[in-house]
Amino acid sequence: MEMERSERGAGDGWKSVLRRVLLAAMTVLAGGLISATLVRYAPGFGSDERQLDARLSSASLAAIRDANASERRILPYYAGYIARALHGDLGISRSLNRPIQQILAERLSITSLLAVKALLVAWLAALSLVFAAGVLRLPALSLSSSIGSGVLLCIPAGALALLSVLLNAPGYLALAVVLFPKLNRYLSNLTAATVSMPHVLAARAKGLSETQILVWHVIPVIKGEVLALAGVSVGLAISAAIPVEALCGIPGIGQLAWQSALARDLPLLINLSMLVIAGVTLANSGADLLSADRGQAA
Amino acid sequence: MRRVFFGTCLFLVAFLAAASCSDELRFYLRSEPKTFNPALVADDSSETVRYLTGGVLLRLNRQSQNLQPELAQAWTVSRDGRTITFTLRKNVRFSDGTPFSALDVKYTMEQLMDPALHSPTGDAFRSSSGRMIVTVLGPDKVAITFPAPVAGLAALFDQVAIVSSQSARHEMASLGPFYIAEHKPGSYVYLRRNPNYWKHDVSGRQLPYLDSIKLEIQSNRDIEFLRFTRNEIHLINSMDADYFDRLALSAPAKVRDVGPSLDSEQMWFNQVPTAPIPAYKREWFRSRSFRLAISSGISRDDLCKVVFKGHAIPARGPVSPANKFWFNARLQPVPLDTKRALQLLEQDGFRLSSGKLYDRAGHPVEFSIVTNAGNRAREAMATMIQQDLRAAGITVNVVTLDFPSLIQRISKSFDYEAALLGLVNDELDPNAQMNVWLSSSEEHQWNPQQSAPATPWEAEIDQLMRAQASSMQDATRKKYYDRVQKIVADEAPFIYLVNKNALTGITPTVQGARPVPLRPQTFWNIEYLKLADERAGSGN
Amino acid sequence: MKAIRLAATVLIVVIAMASVLGSLLPVFDYARQDRERINAGVSAAHWLGTDDLGRDRLSRLLHGTQVSLLLAPAAAALSMLLALVIGAASGLIGGFAERSSKLIIDLFLSIPWLFLLLIVRAMLPLNTSPALSAVVTFLMLGALGWAAPARILQARASRLRHAPFILLARAAGISRCRLVSHHVLPNLRPVLLAQFWISVPVFILAEANLSLLGLGVAEPLPSLGSLLRELESALSLGSDVCRFAALMVLILVVSSLQIAVPQQEAC
Repeated sequence: MEMERSERGAGDGWKSVLRRVLLAAMTVLAGGLISATLVRYAPGFGSDERQLDARLSSASLAAIRDANASERRILPYYAGYIARALHGDLGISRSLNRPIQQILAERLSITSLLAVKALLVAWLAALSLVFAAGVLRLPALSLSSSIGSGVLLCIPAGALALLSVLLNAPGYLALAVVLFPKLNRYLSNLTAATVSMPHVLAARAKGLSETQILVWHVIPVIKGEVLALAGVSVGLAISAAIPVEALCGIPGIGQLAWQSALARDLPLLINLSMLVIAGVTLANSGADLLSADRGQAA
Repeated sequence: MRRVFFGTCLFLVAFLAAASCSDELRFYLRSEPKTFNPALVADDSSETVRYLTGGVLLRLNRQSQNLQPELAQAWTVSRDGRTITFTLRKNVRFSDGTPFSALDVKYTMEQLMDPALHSPTGDAFRSSSGRMIVTVLGPDKVAITFPAPVAGLAALFDQVAIVSSQSARHEMASLGPFYIAEHKPGSYVYLRRNPNYWKHDVSGRQLPYLDSIKLEIQSNRDIEFLRFTRNEIHLINSMDADYFDRLALSAPAKVRDVGPSLDSEQMWFNQVPTAPIPAYKREWFRSRSFRLAISSGISRDDLCKVVFKGHAIPARGPVSPANKFWFNARLQPVPLDTKRALQLLEQDGFRLSSGKLYDRAGHPVEFSIVTNAGNRAREAMATMIQQDLRAAGITVNVVTLDFPSLIQRISKSFDYEAALLGLVNDELDPNAQMNVWLSSSEEHQWNPQQSAPATPWEAEIDQLMRAQASSMQDATRKKYYDRVQKIVADEAPFIYLVNKNALTGITPTVQGARPVPLRPQTFWNIEYLKLADERAGSGN
Repeated sequence: MKAIRLAATVLIVVIAMASVLGSLLPVFDYARQDRERINAGVSAAHWLGTDDLGRDRLSRLLHGTQVSLLLAPAAAALSMLLALVIGAASGLIGGFAERSSKLIIDLFLSIPWLFLLLIVRAMLPLNTSPALSAVVTFLMLGALGWAAPARILQARASRLRHAPFILLARAAGISRCRLVSHHVLPNLRPVLLAQFWISVPVFILAEANLSLLGLGVAEPLPSLGSLLRELESALSLGSDVCRFAALMVLILVVSSLQIAVPQQEAC
């Protein structure tokens, strides 16, 4: 009977994973189409700064205008893109005149590494502060941590990037500084709300140490929200990477996204959007899965 | 055995010392080069790479503004202006060792003029339809015949980098002082000295002096500024006035203001008859008195002083005084004169009431100026114009747009009222601006693609521009073009505001630099630049 | 702690009143350019010096504070409301509603909304007043900034759905409205407040960055964000400390708001 239950449980687990993968794939496809539509109908689509080049003849200007004729009808274009992508052809970037596959291969690792390092640093810092505040129970520490987060939120990303260049600090630190106050704020509020719950008060009355209370009675309660925050923080890291890379001159996906947005490079933007959507969906689905698994185990 | 050992050690030390002393010039490109094909160059970064690697038949000396022989030892232009004949230097080789000959010139020109390529450089030669013919008269002699006369023909070859007809990778074999050794997309382009470069200095030493150039890609000007102050890069080719003044205080030896550049900043009103703007506003913009009044209502001196910190001069017309031959010195800048502005407006039935200006029909005079977002100088200029015109009772709304949106409005939808933009001028000859002045052209910004000239003065400009394009006499061409400049000053389709100065940054370790107003300001004589020993810390 | 809270509240009131007063007194003209005194330091005529167009920094700071502190919290409140309605509600309902809203949230977190902002800008007339362009900008920021907190609210609401005290309240026959107002909202408050405190400065800074796309507050109207953009230049290093006045004001306001309003609620 128990074996049947565990087999059924395992089967359900696989079905759940498969369902999530399918949903993720549908999300990526839908998101790609929405992104493509937004780019297509945004003002400036089809504009090229070469149109202001007085040397060009009218035939050349007409050729420039017609260069993206195939992109004007968005549904056929998108369908064609998906068909080609399934064969490994991601298209050619109009602004960089190079195969998109090559461009992404060069830059993806840079941004991935940047985001991973920044998230690690930001999470470590936020969790350390929250634990310290929880264990030591010093109102002054909580207050100064709140104010510190608030101060960091007020500093423009450009100024942070400039500071990192000035101090020769690695780019991921600038990104970590952008992420940290948001994580710290949420985590502080979540733990602060939980430590005043009756079961925590009871545990404290029974003589448990603050560390034991945090680990056994606070974290399990907020794990769902923390995992959700972890998933969300991946999306925050990706979107924050755009200004940080652009301002620090880091040749990653973020810088590419900004440049391709300014150039209205539809082929590149579709690929980048789908990449970001896939990353965010994966992170959030992973968080949900972990949260669900732990729930089942409990 | 010991001798061999010590000898090897000495060799290694010498090798390492030489490696660490190699002369590598470093500066930034502000964007990724879009192409290394010299025929397709249209952006600044690609142009920089082309200048440093491309061998040309004739070179415009950026200092004297005269043409000088390069790969062509001599040249002649036929009386009818249709044929140019070059006598080429002998025994010249590309960077990959392939020999240079007239066949390479033929190959290059045929590629350039291929209508399917849509080369901006090629289009500059197109004065009419019809085929160009290249005749190889010998291994070192070639004649190029165009279907119609091309004014300023010889000078156009300054932009034509000769590519090899024989090399496996045509565009990558270089005749210039450097060749592309490495390109890391998004990061840098690395150039190495061309071991087969034909040019030598007066003592017979082969040029260039530099071993290599590292062009890192960095669009952020603040980072460029910071790195320059730390001597991590050697040059800033073109600097904003704010940065210039800051450096002038802390490191005056590093910066140079070389006087007015060829560039100008101007605004214009939308005169397109089908533009989606209210008809009464279109009437304002088509009125000469209105345009001249606006021009008189703007303080160009303040723009130069405040926005450009004194590193600019009030513009007088389409040509900067830096263009020694073509500049019309008889034109004067328009001074701020709000009284005159109001008088001109009164002539058109405008009247001032309680500090606000109204037209004949009672509409308050209000219009928007679009300019490109992110350009601090233009945003500041637009804000200052807003304040200046407030004194005349005119309300101006400043609208900053990202560049593609701006281009769409001014080139396609014509959904704008006034625009403020700059003209980046790389060429001296007015023929390069033909498409701006011809009323039938798409680049005739204020009212493009006219089937017939909308006004008598536009018809006159059309006539004059065509006449100067078909004349081979510089003096005659100058007379015609002076008249064009006068008409533009009188009718003000463009309201010229300022000519910015060329502001450059060069670290003292760079020797031989003589910055000039023409592009590329700091490294136009790249073959002759060298680096003093950076470890010694001082240069001449 | 009470004394600190009181001091913070007083500070917020003082800053708010100063910014309102500044907009009413004609002496504080934020647009007037004193072209003989560009980037001037502190003086009797200009208590915080002037900016690079000779405009009085204090006037621009007062007006900018009013604009940003009026609109950014409103935008933050809008994003909170949307996060509550979409995230928390779907978390409470569960099932299909929760699954589909997760998809929508994931999409919202990753789609390049800047193109929507460009479309909105293109739809506005060119002669839109600076005030209206400011309102539209912050409205868009509020309408687009709900996805991240919605995710966390959803997770929390989903946990609450199975919480014993909620089940008990339901079993006791409590009405839905009372359940939400008395038991759900107080438990969601920490996340909502966290979102609010984060959103206010983020929206203020985002508005300034949107000026690169032609959105944001149009000249000559200042905003805290546009004043803070001065700090993104290397030229701000080693310059007059008055340049940092906007940053100090924002830090004071954000910190004071955090202190003045209690963060947690016992449940």
